[in-house]
Amino acid sequence: MFAYVVRRLGATFVVMTVVAFVVFSLLYFTPGDPAAILAGDAATDDDIRRIRAKLGLDEPFFVRFGGWVWALLHGDLGTSIFTNLPVTHLIGQRVEPTLALTLCTLLVSVAIAVPLGVIAAARVGTWLDRAVMAFSVLGFSVPVFVLAYILILTFSIQLDWLPVQGYRPIREGVWQWLRHLILPSIALGTVYIALIARITRASMLDVLAQDYIRTAQAKGLSSNAVLTSHALKNAAVPIMTIIGIGIALLIGGAIVTETVFAIPGIGRLTVDAILRRDYPIIQGVILMFSAIYVIINLVVDLSYMFFDPRIRY
Amino acid sequence: MTTAAIDRLPKSVSPTWQFFSDAFRRHPTAIVGGVVLLLMILIAIFAPWLGTVDPQAVAPVRRLKPPSAEFWFGSDMLGRDVYSRVLYGARVSLAIGIAVALFSTLVGLAIGLVTGFIRWLDAIVMRIMDGLMSIPPVLLAIALMALTRASIENVILAITLAEVPRVVRLVRSLVLTLREQPYVEAAVAAGTTLPRILVRHILPNTMAPLLVQATYVCASAMITEAILSFIGAGTPPNIPSWGNIMAEARSLFQIAGYLILFPGIFLSLTVLSVNLLGDGMRDALDPRLARRM
Repeated sequence: MFAYVVRRLGATFVVMTVVAFVVFSLLYFTPGDPAAILAGDAATDDDIRRIRAKLGLDEPFFVRFGGWVWALLHGDLGTSIFTNLPVTHLIGQRVEPTLALTLCTLLVSVAIAVPLGVIAAARVGTWLDRAVMAFSVLGFSVPVFVLAYILILTFSIQLDWLPVQGYRPIREGVWQWLRHLILPSIALGTVYIALIARITRASMLDVLAQDYIRTAQAKGLSSNAVLTSHALKNAAVPIMTIIGIGIALLIGGAIVTETVFAIPGIGRLTVDAILRRDYPIIQGVILMFSAIYVIINLVVDLSYMFFDPRIRY
Repeated sequence: MTTAAIDRLPKSVSPTWQFFSDAFRRHPTAIVGGVVLLLMILIAIFAPWLGTVDPQAVAPVRRLKPPSAEFWFGSDMLGRDVYSRVLYGARVSLAIGIAVALFSTLVGLAIGLVTGFIRWLDAIVMRIMDGLMSIPPVLLAIALMALTRASIENVILAITLAEVPRVVRLVRSLVLTLREQPYVEAAVAAGTTLPRILVRHILPNTMAPLLVQATYVCASAMITEAILSFIGAGTPPNIPSWGNIMAEARSLFQIAGYLILFPGIFLSLTVLSVNLLGDGMRDALDPRLARRM
């Protein structure tokens, strides 16, 4: 088991190196000279050359890549071109809303999707099953911002139940904080729920066809006990996998959701950075999200050992 | 053959009609999806003859008119006819979806076929694909679009690059299974060259799963295009795409919700139809899966 953990960590290291390389190349090949941008309009060619030398922009590709990774390992993601502030500082300012939105969505989605999938599998072929599957395929097809606007138009503008846009920090009151997160979480979570429910159903159907399920039923266990303690635990590995992989949908969707609901999180930071062509921010955000994504999937992979002790690598 | 047996034969003499009615009975949702998709493609092709006006014609005096007999889907903040813009927008969304599906399948197929057979290359290429897959696709597409000028070609390129790794993974896993098949072994033993084995024995067997994957790539590409355009990193604003129309309505949605609603419905319907078609094809190809998914 120890060997497996070490091997898995090694694979994660390789993947992160590739990610860092890709993200660095993106910035390296950006059009425009950062030195010329920093020097301003009044700079002479000599000034620009001096800045280039000072920033190490004349160094070869791999020397610059090494220096960049070195800085990265010291927690330095570079400096924003537009605001001249460190990227880590800018991201740090925006972490709370994004974290609140994604965590809230993640918890609610899993809490809804897994029971939906289990019920659909237990009642396979009935109208309930069909309804869950119909919801699932619809959830895949409606883009997050279309759903977001439909929700706002219905629940905020027509019914006036929930705030239209904005975000309240949790220290200003839990209720206000939650109220502002309900619609964004539903909009962001729908595709994620659709995905998890679908995989849960498929995985449960596989397990329910096994002999030990028939044994459990034959010895007189209640169907709830069979479903939860026998079937769900054995169906957990594919479900955990899709929860991990689906995080990519949450991250991509969060950028859009924050734009629609005017939530001042990392997604907004990214969109503003795109409009201003502030490459270091874009680079930093992609690197951070990718690292989070990789780490979550590493944790998911390692969690298999808990869910399925038969897995011995 | 007895007369009773002959009576039991299917009455219909038209094989095509029989084929379609059978297909519909077995996969009704897939057929509905196919019909809706066909309708959208027809709308895209015949947009100029469907009662549209110039989608770029501005008329500031008639701006933000709600849907009416004159403006079926209303008019936007520059007085442009939203109905015409949505119909012309079908061209952009469908073209991008189909182009991305085509290119990423071709590129993924080529990479997957080669790496599935050449061991040392496989290790390198798959690590790169793992790395690319660790960047959420929408983010990768955003990063690539931020690098380049906004144009339809660049949108197609960026989304294709973000989608390719998943196709490579699929093709590679198919190739790894297929190369262990007895008939491939027989071909190797008979001295068949590698390119010939790939073309004659491996390629035809990857087609069906790839076709299913291509429909999902197409659906996801259309959504990604809309997201990119929506956050201002996609199709240039002078070309009406569904994402663009909605992006321009971002600040106006409280007073003119129809600006979001109509392109949103068209986009969702199209993506839904492609997904239904994909699900139907997957079920038809793998009946064992049909029960599960």
